Amino acid sequence: MNARSALARVRGLGAAHDGTAHWWAQRLTAVALIPLSLIFVAVVLAAVGADRAAVAAVMANPLIAVLMLLFIAVSFHHLKLGLQVVIEDYIHHEGVKVAALMANVMGCYGLATACVFAVLKLAIAG
Amino acid sequence: MTDTSRPLSPHLQVYRPQITSVLSILHRFTGVVLGVGTLFLAWWLLAAAAGDGAYAIARGFFASWLGVLVLIGFSFSLFYHLCNGIRHLAWDAGMGFEIATLYRSGWVIVIAALALTALAWALGLGGLGRA
Repeated sequence: MNARSALARVRGLGAAHDGTAHWWAQRLTAVALIPLSLIFVAVVLAAVGADRAAVAAVMANPLIAVLMLLFIAVSFHHLKLGLQVVIEDYIHHEGVKVAALMANVMGCYGLATACVFAVLKLAIAG
Repeated sequence: MTDTSRPLSPHLQVYRPQITSVLSILHRFTGVVLGVGTLFLAWWLLAAAAGDGAYAIARGFFASWLGVLVLIGFSFSLFYHLCNGIRHLAWDAGMGFEIATLYRSGWVIVIAALALTALAWALGLGGLGRA
């Protein structure tokens, strides 16, 4: 027995009208973060105790800069997806929930952009 | 009328903590902790981009006892979330659901997270000698 219409079955979006897009993006970013987070740790370790000029010199390496930018983009995407689920689970007041979901997206995009700008400036302008 | 005085599921506080449930909660907790950690990541990168004065302040904080404590927390959270995340991906692939396997993989990722944290700090403290 299936009470769903033929159109709803074809769309495959389920009861939440969202399908598996969120679930899949969470897994895809998780897999990408396995190597990227280890690379991030290595970059941080290379910068421990270094002065500003030495950190800029690390970021001036194109491969390191690109990998750091990838780490920033993917990790903030993964964070946005994860915090969204936490908000949906624990905040039950509709207005507060919508505000928190908006703040989550704006905060993650804002911080990600700030980090990208900083890495680019260090990599290009030193 | 909804009678909310009856016990509601999952009613967490009546259950004896088990490694499966504790590690599950810790996965979400460390995820949120890492979210807070991104504020410090942004501070570090922006300070380095801003100039020597701003970077000296950030560097001073991360070298202080409070900064080290914060970084130990973030580094363990990262390695825990990474290791348990791989455990989650194995479950997504349909592997490792037997109770004995769940308990074993749980202890493996806890030990792996602690070992990776210790390794990172051993390497980091070696680098601190340059400062």
